[in-house]
Amino acid sequence: MTAQFLYGGAGLILFVLGLWSFLVHAPLLRKLIALNIMGGGVFHVLIAVAYRGDGVTPDPVPHALVLTGIVVAVSATALALVLGARLQDEQRQG
Amino acid sequence: MYSNLLTDPLVLCITLPLLGAALTTALPRHAVPLGILAALATCSAAVTLGVDVWQHGALRLVLGGWEPELAIGLRADGLAVALALMANLVALGISVYASGYFRDPERMRAFWPLWLLLWAALNGLFLAGDLFNLYVMLELLGITAAALGALTGSREAVSANLRYLLVGLLGSISYLLGVALLYTAHGTLDLGLVARAIAANDRLFAVDAAALVLMVSGLALKAALFPLHFWLPPAHANAPAPVSAALSALVVKASVYLIIRLWLDLFAPITGLAAAMFLALLGAAAVVWGSWRALRAERLKLLAAYSTVAQIGYLFLFLPLLAVTPPGPPRDNLLAALVLMALTHGFAKSGFFLAAGLVQTNAGHDRIDDLGGTAQRLPATTFAIALAGSALIGLPPSGSFIGKWLLMQGAIESGQWWWVIVVTTGSLLASAYVFRVLSRAFGLEPTPLKFVTDARAEVPALLLSLVAVALLGLASGPLWTLLALRAGGGA
Amino acid sequence: MTEPADWARSDRARERARDLSLLLAVLLALLGVVLLAVYFLALNGGAAPRLAELALARVPQSGVGNPVTAVLVNYRAYDTLVELAVLLAAVLGIWSQRPAPPGFQRSSAVLAGMVSWVVPLLIVTSGYMLWVGGYAPGGAFQAGALLGAAGVIVRLAGDPTAGLPGEAVQRWLLVLGVLMFALVGLALMLLGAGFLTYPPKLAKWLILLIESAATIAIGTALAAAYVGGRPSAKGQGPSAGEASAAPSSSSLGPRP
Repeated sequence: MTAQFLYGGAGLILFVLGLWSFLVHAPLLRKLIALNIMGGGVFHVLIAVAYRGDGVTPDPVPHALVLTGIVVAVSATALALVLGARLQDEQRQG
Repeated sequence: MYSNLLTDPLVLCITLPLLGAALTTALPRHAVPLGILAALATCSAAVTLGVDVWQHGALRLVLGGWEPELAIGLRADGLAVALALMANLVALGISVYASGYFRDPERMRAFWPLWLLLWAALNGLFLAGDLFNLYVMLELLGITAAALGALTGSREAVSANLRYLLVGLLGSISYLLGVALLYTAHGTLDLGLVARAIAANDRLFAVDAAALVLMVSGLALKAALFPLHFWLPPAHANAPAPVSAALSALVVKASVYLIIRLWLDLFAPITGLAAAMFLALLGAAAVVWGSWRALRAERLKLLAAYSTVAQIGYLFLFLPLLAVTPPGPPRDNLLAALVLMALTHGFAKSGFFLAAGLVQTNAGHDRIDDLGGTAQRLPATTFAIALAGSALIGLPPSGSFIGKWLLMQGAIESGQWWWVIVVTTGSLLASAYVFRVLSRAFGLEPTPLKFVTDARAEVPALLLSLVAVALLGLASGPLWTLLALRAGGGA
Repeated sequence: MTEPADWARSDRARERARDLSLLLAVLLALLGVVLLAVYFLALNGGAAPRLAELALARVPQSGVGNPVTAVLVNYRAYDTLVELAVLLAAVLGIWSQRPAPPGFQRSSAVLAGMVSWVVPLLIVTSGYMLWVGGYAPGGAFQAGALLGAAGVIVRLAGDPTAGLPGEAVQRWLLVLGVLMFALVGLALMLLGAGFLTYPPKLAKWLILLIESAATIAIGTALAAAYVGGRPSAKGQGPSAGEASAAPSSSSLGPRP
C-alpha cells in the first residue's frame, strides 16, 4: 500500500507541477510539455492503482487505459505542434 | 435477435460516420458524395434510434458480450436521444450547406473526414455509458473541432484554434484524473455502476467530491462557462461558417450535456445546493457578460459567438432550481425546459452561423455596420437570421420562450427570484443585439424579386432556424414524454 | 526561456506576473495536498480487487493470452476503435494545415549504412511485437510505434517521405485500422453476434486481423505525423524546393 501510494502520489505531484507550468508559461512548447507531464501524472496514478502486490498479476484494465491515453496524447501533441509550426512559418514570412 | 435489432442503431450512430470518415479519407476525389451519403445514413440511424427509444423505452447495450463492469456500455435514454436527434439533424443541415461551401478542393477534401469524425464523437458522447470511453470521445471531439476550426489557415484562425486545442486538452486531462480517482475508489468505469457505488458508499464522499470538482471544472472549461469562456469567441468567429455552426451549436453543447449528465445522474447524491448555486452564478455572469459583448461586437460571427457564451449560461441557471425541486411534475418541467433551451439554441445558432457565413461570402465581410441592403440581396438568409434571432431572444413561439418561461416560473416557485432578473436582462440585451443586426440588414431599398438565391446554402439555415422557432415551440409536448424515459438503474 | 516578442512589457507588469505565479503556486500546492489526501482515502477505503479478478478470469475466453491485449482488443475494443480514429483525426488535421516541409539533407555513407541495418530490424521487431502481444507484453501499439520509429529514422536520414508510399496509398494505410475494426465489428453485428462480440472460436484470428491492420495504421500515422504535412503531389521524394511550391492542384499521387 505504501509503495502504491508513493507511486500514485508522485503522479499527483506531477499533475500539479504540470498544471502550474501550463498556467505560468506562455510559449507553446512549454505548454505542450506541461500538458504531457500532467497526462503522465494521471497515467502514473492509473498504473499505481493496477499494482496488487509483489508476484501478483496486476490489474490489466488501467494498463490498457494508459496505453489508449498515450496514443491520444501523442495525437493531440502532434497536431498542436504542427499548428504552432504553421504560425511560426507565417511569422517568418510576414 | 429482436433486442439485437433494437440496439443496432446505437452502434450505427457511431460506426457509420466513422466508416464515412475512413472512406472520404481514402477516396478524396469522391469526398462530397461519400460524405453526404454518410451524413444521410448517420442521420437515419439517429432517427431510427429515436423511434426505438420512443416505442420501447431507454435502451442499453453492453459491447462484446461481457459483464457490464468489464465491457463498455452504450445507452440511450430520453435525454441522450433528445440531444442526439438535435445534433444529427443540425449536422445534416450543416453537411448540405458545406457541400457547396468550400471552393478550394484541397480544403473540401480535408473538411469531410474531419467533419464525420467530429460527428462520430458527438454521437459517441451522447450515447456513451462509460467514464473512460467518454474521455476518448472528448479527445476525438476536441482534436477534430480544433482541426476544423483552423481549416481556413488564416493566422487568427490557427492561433485561436491552437489555444482552443490546448484548453481542451487541459480540460480533458482534468476530467481523466477524476476518472482515475473514481476507478481507484469504486473499481469500475460503467456510469450506472459508479453512480450506484457513489450512492451506496458515503465514506468516500471526499474522493467523489474531488472527482466531481476535477471533472466538472474540466468540462466547464470545454463548455466555455464564464470565466473560462475566453477561448471561444475567437475560435468560433474565425472558423469556416459550417464549422462555426457545428462548434457553437453542437460541440460546446456536448460538454454541457456531460456536465448535466454527471450532475444529475452520477453525482446526484453528493451535489448540494451550494455547488449548484456557484455554477448558476457563473452562468448568470455568462448571460450578462456574453450578451453585453455580443451587443458590442463589430462582426456578425463574433456576435454569434458571444451570444453562445450567454446562451450556455442560461443552462446552468437550472441547476439550483433542480436541486431544491423534489421529483414530480415541477421538476420534470424544469428538466424539459433545460433541454428545450439547449435544443432551441442548437437549431437557432447553427441557422444563424450558416446564414452569417452566406452574408460573409456574399458581401465579402461580416461587419455589422456595413450590412445595409442584405435583406434585398439575400432575403431568405436575412429571414433565417431574423428567425434564429427571435429564438435567441426567446420570443414566442420559439422553444426558448417556453424554456425561459418555465425557468422563471421555477425560480419564483422555489424562492430564487433573482434568476428572473438575470433572464430578463439577458433577453433584453439579446433583443438589442439581434435588432441591431436586423436594422442594418433591412435598408430602405426596394423589395427583392427572388426570395431564395442559392438553395443549397440558404435552405439549411432557413430550415434550422424554422425548427428552433416553430417546431420546438409549437410541438414541444413529446419532449416531456421522451425525457420521462430514463435508464432503469445501472447494469 | 521566454521569447522577447511575447513578453515585451513593463517591469511593473512583470512583477505583477511574478506575484500572480507565486499565488498560483501556493494555491496549486494546496490542491496537491488535497489530491494526495483524497487519493490516500481512495486507496484505503476503495474497492480492493477492482476489475482485476474478473478481467483475468475472462482471459481464456478472450482469444488472447495477454490480459492487457484482452482488455484493449476485446473487453474494451470500442475504446481502441475510437482511439484509432483520434490518431487518424490528428494526421488529417496536420495534412489540412500545410504541405510537408522539406526533409533533411541526405545522410553520409556511415549513417546510411546504419539506417539500412536498423530499419529492417525495426520492421522485423515490429512483426514480432505484434505476434507476441497475443500472450506476452506487446501488441498493435508497441508494434505500430516501432514502425513509426522506423519512419522517423528514414526521414532523419534524408528521405523526406519517411519511407511512406505516395498519398493515395498512404490514405488507405491510414484508415486501415478504423476500417478493419469497424467492418469486423459490423459484420459480427449483422451475423447476430453483436458489435465487436467475437465468437470464441474465431476470436484469435479476428483479433490478429484487426491488430495487423491497426499496426500498419498506427505506424503510418506516427510516421506521417512526424513528416508534419500533406505529402507532396509527386508522392515520391520531392526535392526541398518543390515540397512547398506545389500545394494543391492534382494532389493525388499515381494510383497503385
